[in-house]
Amino acid sequence: MFGFLVRRLINYIVLCVVATFLSFTLSSVSFDPLSLLRQHNPPPPAATIEAKRAELHLDQPIPQRFLTWGEGVLHGDFGTTTTDHQITDELWRRVGVSLRLFLLGITIGILLGVLIGVGSAIRQYKLFDYISTFFSYVILATPVLVLGPLVKQVAQAINNATGSEWLQFTGEYSGTLDPNAGWLASFDERLRFLIVPTVTIVLGQIAYYSRYQRSAMLDVLGSDFLRTAQAKGLTRRRALFKHGLRTALIPMATLFAFGFGLLVVGGVFTETIFNWQGMGAWLVQGINDQDTNVTATVTLFVAVCVLLSGWLSDVLYALLDPRIRV
Amino acid sequence: MSTTVNPAAADEAAADVPQSRPVSRGALVRRRFMRNRWALGGIIVIIVLYIVAFSYPLFSPYSYEFHDTTNTYDPPSLTHWFGTDNIGTDMFVACMRGLQKSLTIGLLVGVISTALSAVVGATAGFFGGITDRAMMWIVDLLLVLPSFLIISIASPIFKGSSWLILVVLLVLFQWMITARIVRGMTLTLKTREYVSAARFMGQSPWRTIFKHIVPNMSSLLIVDATINVGSAVLQESGLSYFGFGVQPPDVSLGTLIATGTGSALTFPWLFYAPAVLLVVALLSVAVVGDGLRDALDPTSSRARRREKKRKDKLA
Amino acid sequence: MSASEITLDESVLDGAGDGPVLEVADLDVSFPSEAGRVHAVRGLTYEVARGEVLGIVGESGSGKSVSSLAVMGLLPEQARISGSIRFQGQQLLGLSDVQLSKIRGRRISMVFQDPLSALTPVYTVGDQIAEALLIHGRGRLSKAAAANRSVELLDLVGIPNAAARVKAFPHEFSGGMRQRAVIAMAIANDPDLIIADEPTTALDVTVQAQVLEVLKTAKEVTGAGIVIITHDLGVVAGFSDRLLVMYAGRAVESGNVNEVYQQPRMPYTLGLLGSLPRLDAAEKLPLVPIHGQPPSLVDLPQGCPFAPRCPLAVDDCLTAEPELSEVDSTSGHRAACIRSAELAATEAEVEDSIDGVEASNAAAIEAAVEVFGAELVEEPKAALRPRAERPVVLEVDSLVKHFAVTKGVVLKRKVGTVHAVDGVSFEVREQETLGLVGESGCGKTTTLMQILGLERPAGGSISVLGRDVSTLDGKARKAIRRDMQVVFQDPLASLDPRMPIGDVIAEPMQVHGFDATHIRKRIPELLDLVGLRAEHADRYPAEFSGGQRQRIGIARALALEPKLLVLDEPVSALDVSIQAGVINLLDKLKAELGLSYLFVAHDLSVVRHIADRVAVMYLGKIVEIGAVDAVFGEPKHPYTQALLSAIPIPDPVKERQRERIILSGDLPSPANPPSGCRFRTRCFLHATLSDSDKRKCVEVEPPRESQGDDHEVACHFARAKQVV
Repeated sequence: MFGFLVRRLINYIVLCVVATFLSFTLSSVSFDPLSLLRQHNPPPPAATIEAKRAELHLDQPIPQRFLTWGEGVLHGDFGTTTTDHQITDELWRRVGVSLRLFLLGITIGILLGVLIGVGSAIRQYKLFDYISTFFSYVILATPVLVLGPLVKQVAQAINNATGSEWLQFTGEYSGTLDPNAGWLASFDERLRFLIVPTVTIVLGQIAYYSRYQRSAMLDVLGSDFLRTAQAKGLTRRRALFKHGLRTALIPMATLFAFGFGLLVVGGVFTETIFNWQGMGAWLVQGINDQDTNVTATVTLFVAVCVLLSGWLSDVLYALLDPRIRV
Repeated sequence: MSTTVNPAAADEAAADVPQSRPVSRGALVRRRFMRNRWALGGIIVIIVLYIVAFSYPLFSPYSYEFHDTTNTYDPPSLTHWFGTDNIGTDMFVACMRGLQKSLTIGLLVGVISTALSAVVGATAGFFGGITDRAMMWIVDLLLVLPSFLIISIASPIFKGSSWLILVVLLVLFQWMITARIVRGMTLTLKTREYVSAARFMGQSPWRTIFKHIVPNMSSLLIVDATINVGSAVLQESGLSYFGFGVQPPDVSLGTLIATGTGSALTFPWLFYAPAVLLVVALLSVAVVGDGLRDALDPTSSRARRREKKRKDKLA
Repeated sequence: MSASEITLDESVLDGAGDGPVLEVADLDVSFPSEAGRVHAVRGLTYEVARGEVLGIVGESGSGKSVSSLAVMGLLPEQARISGSIRFQGQQLLGLSDVQLSKIRGRRISMVFQDPLSALTPVYTVGDQIAEALLIHGRGRLSKAAAANRSVELLDLVGIPNAAARVKAFPHEFSGGMRQRAVIAMAIANDPDLIIADEPTTALDVTVQAQVLEVLKTAKEVTGAGIVIITHDLGVVAGFSDRLLVMYAGRAVESGNVNEVYQQPRMPYTLGLLGSLPRLDAAEKLPLVPIHGQPPSLVDLPQGCPFAPRCPLAVDDCLTAEPELSEVDSTSGHRAACIRSAELAATEAEVEDSIDGVEASNAAAIEAAVEVFGAELVEEPKAALRPRAERPVVLEVDSLVKHFAVTKGVVLKRKVGTVHAVDGVSFEVREQETLGLVGESGCGKTTTLMQILGLERPAGGSISVLGRDVSTLDGKARKAIRRDMQVVFQDPLASLDPRMPIGDVIAEPMQVHGFDATHIRKRIPELLDLVGLRAEHADRYPAEFSGGQRQRIGIARALALEPKLLVLDEPVSALDVSIQAGVINLLDKLKAELGLSYLFVAHDLSVVRHIADRVAVMYLGKIVEIGAVDAVFGEPKHPYTQALLSAIPIPDPVKERQRERIILSGDLPSPANPPSGCRFRTRCFLHATLSDSDKRKCVEVEPPRESQGDDHEVACHFARAKQVV
């Protein structure tokens, strides 16, 4: 089993490198970082443009540029942006911003999603099932770029109704807080800004996981072993939770990796809509600035996230299912 | 070989085939689908949206190029059903134009990518080997490097070119997941005895794939095509939102939402008109997909539910 | 295995009154379905006394399993149930889930059909057995005590090394072992009633014998009443005291087991008895086919549900459904038939003995043949040249097939080799049927696939019609396929559901380039040949019943006028009443068309009926081969003897007198077969040998040696033993 996980890890690392290389190559081909410079008025002298070209290593073949950049990454240096800022300086702050949002969102989302999914499976074709199914459908059909503004409006309405400005939906913090305020005040500050975007993510996650948990649970409901458990003398409820739910959680483990990938991509929208300076917003900025190093860095981040969640899925799967523990 | 006919024997086994022809599978599926009111509503909504999106000049006197400069930021009214924007463009007309693009792109991508998935997935599953492993690896790669990322990074290349490029790109990165499902299904079908029977009678592998394997996956393919239409519309609107998808002068629901988001609190119709259309379209596609799955799946539990309702009413 | 290891709870004696343990009266169960309400059980009444074994027999869809789930209160909630189910006087219908859960597992327990899915995959076997104890012994029983008791229970049901095996997960158990674990769970709380729903259907015959033995032990240990549900008249013949035959949701006959077998008073029961090929028949008996198929339970026709299939049916049968009424007031023998007196009269007229078999119910079988008008297909024996002079159509010589064993789901790596087929040799001559028999995992299917694949084997050689397959090119291989066709086991899976049956039958002809006019002409001929109507050619497979679909499969195989037909378990997926018709058809086709069959099966009774020669496989090798009468009449290999003795015979008198050889343990892994003789680890003969003889078994692989005219055995110590 351990060997299996190690091999999986190696496979994922290779995938990460390939993905980053592809992203680097694609953006190198598609971007023209000098175009901004050329559009200056009056046009800068050719020598200035050439100097910039050399500075950005655009005179080298792409694989070599990737190797140079990759070597830096191994030493913890992600290169510079086209505007000469150190990427590394900004990277960790942005990673922190994004992970705070994602991890909180996915944790709450999975917990509630599994609960609601199980609930609607056991109460199939009852009111709870109909309501949760309806909401899942609507939310799954609502892209983040619509859901985000909607949640914003609801928050605005709550603020209006309570006559306060407690819920905030632009940025991660106000920046006006007295730096000497106690931890409670700064926690409150962060929370005010965190709630609305987190709710947006959680809603999507609940809809996604509850649908799958519902069908996984329904598969288990008709299974022979559940009948055996009842034949032993367990009540239906106890049999459902002890034997049914435990088994129905297994397929959810594999879903986790894929769900996290989706979440990270969705993060691009969430961050843009709520003005969070995270990795997703950086990608949009990187593409608009035609910045290869930034897009490659973001790709690497996405790849690592998916890699870790995929690996976690494998571990979880092995823990949940004795059949693959070999 | 002698083929003496034994009438007694012929009767003994045949006696029980029902004399009246039972309903064909197609009719049964149609009947089950029609009974599902949600799915039926979904398909009607999609058809109506599509028709209206192309025939809007019949309903509206305005054109997309016309700017009613005296009525900028006009809220929805009888003259401008969905209101107007900052330069007085009629939002109904703009939305219909956007809907045209979004739905057309969705349908094209859904159908083409599903067809591609069927061919590649069935081939990989049937023959195994290199094709198979390469495909599995690409699917894994796509998980790590999502298609949204690839297309948005590549977007500067096709800035200014036709929206058909976007269709090609979306197809290029959408078929893998379905192909993987098709591959799994092929592996199951391959072990079916009728496929073995074809092999043992000397049928060629390609004919076996197209005669026995692909037709037997048609339910899966129909359902997946529907799902793919939905996710293509979603992808397109997301890309267009950031300006990485449909490029001006074309508009799609995504670009309209992008311009409307900023004024969602002040001029809500600019946001809600395209947003609601998008959600309604996606929701309809989703319920149609689900309805199809229920109708095509013989283990559908709808009958049970109806029976139960009846029982509850009696009680 | 000893019963004394288990101490009986006092509670066993609680309900030991005189009344029956279970009384079911007027039970009705119906379900909603797409087509309408399915009336699965209709007016079922029966009772079970303490320590009594009641066998409920019926074909698929007869309502036998549904009725038992109703007793357990385990039917899905949309089922509508009425009538009365009293357990030790207490009404069970209407009890809440919580109330029922106090009875389930403690006083009534159940053993299910499919042991592979009956255990929760994520908990250890020991934990699941202990759970059964802890649920009902809360407070009185510590966890450690429950764990100890589960080891005792596993030991009782015959799991070797129980103390270590309790920690295993279900997937680490074989099917037979899982079924034992389920039985251990069922007897954990010394119940008063055990319901066993097709407990051995999914298992191989030797494992079936083991499990039936365990059930007998369970009965002795708990003293419980047992309801055993099965479709196999053989299984219940020796085990049950009373029998209940179900058809279309109703009991159609019930009574003392001997009486039902010897004087069946319902034509359906009679037909079932006549449709079974008998393992102990030295001479071929005619098989009774029951025409048609069971009625749909959605809208039952008026009158007796069996009337459309019944040769004795008269107009009165169609007016009202007959009640289950007494035919013999002294013994309580009941039948639901208005013609049972005529049946008794026919039975009185026929001779009460049959040539070639000694059967206690000979008169009943003769009556069945008489009533249903079954005929034996006469082979043109006179016209047939002696076997040695006929040409060989299929020759397999020292065939070897190894599989790599891989581990891991994604990155597969090789960890060993399975010797699925290891040096198999046999030949099939013209107009001859060779039966290839063995239990799952013996390599018979692999052998078959190797032959059908026509690829160069990994070792040994295969020749079809005198041509070595390793020398074939693509074109020659296709040409050979014309002469060798296949019929598969599952009639549902072997026809493409999206093709009308006319196209299904046409496909092989199209592949081999026949012109359209010829194909159009052949389709009706072929349908006719297998007993179907030509006008059905445009219908889809789903519109036909299992037996009819199997006939379509046979028609497809015959389309190219092959010389050799490979039959892979062609009747094992069919209900017994349908099976006989297909066997008769195969017999007829062979005689009329001069075909040769390679007949792969696990049902030895069918093989005895249809085959001329038989080869018995064990772990990739043929252990015994020869003429059917020699191998069945005088088996010399201990495995063949065990296999034959494990097969139940549908004759209660004979079945109770038979000595059964119970094999120990499970099939060893083919990845790591025992040295020398592969059977020695489970061989009862090996255990009685002297040390030096034992060494011979361990060290020397026994060669296949002739033991008389057309009879070869691979055993160092081959000796004949009468087992059937």
